[in-house]
Amino acid sequence: MPPKPTPDSRQIRESQNAIGEGLRRLFEDVVNEPVPEEFLELLRRADEREQDPESTR
Amino acid sequence: MKSPTTPDPDAPREMDGAFRRDLVALIPQMRAFARTLTGDAAAADDLAQDAMLKAWAARDSFEMGTNMKAWTFMILRNQFYSDKRRTWRLTQLDQEVAERTLVAVDDPSAPLSLDELRLALDGLPEEQREALVLVGAGGFSYEEAAEICRCAIGTVKSRVSRARRALAELLDRGAYARDGAPASGAMASILSQSARLSEPR
Repeated sequence: MPPKPTPDSRQIRESQNAIGEGLRRLFEDVVNEPVPEEFLELLRRADEREQDPESTR
Repeated sequence: MKSPTTPDPDAPREMDGAFRRDLVALIPQMRAFARTLTGDAAAADDLAQDAMLKAWAARDSFEMGTNMKAWTFMILRNQFYSDKRRTWRLTQLDQEVAERTLVAVDDPSAPLSLDELRLALDGLPEEQREALVLVGAGGFSYEEAAEICRCAIGTVKSRVSRARRALAELLDRGAYARDGAPASGAMASILSQSARLSEPR
């Protein structure tokens, strides 16, 4: 006889689906935020420092 | 693996340009991963910025054509743990805080929200949280997650499954403590909420 899904196993599967969905949402919510200007500014300055190391020393 | 490239005087600048574009495109993902590691938006951005600058400084050691997202996540994760040795999060304490907070929700009729999931996630031991986030939200395979966390694939699998169980328990307990409603109903409310949120606008 094939094992029938018990209410318990269905409940567990549902809660795991909910958690999976929620996790992706949490992550995507941050991914979709606009990136603060500071990031690109820092990268630009790091690049400049490399080209002209004297400027910071 | 890449075939050896012939030296070209202009190549480094072009490579830098391509690397830079790819790195900038990964910033949103790095911010998201940092947010789940630190649980704090400001600390997460500091961490993501440090990791971004480390990645930029180490760009010569990156093999173009390999998985740059995994590479940057590895750098970010290393940065997190080396910072943490100096400051930040105490896992055991967080566990207690998360459980207390789950029980102390103001509105007993409020549906279980993504905020509560975030709190429960923050309450997990770090190694479980990072494994679950990488596989469950970051889109990495178990194998890639194992590489990022520098552990065996089997270890990642067991951490992910323990994390899932622990999250379900934490959320259930929080839900029961608030309204005594069946836990599956509380779970379904997360599901319907996230389904609603992900509907096309």
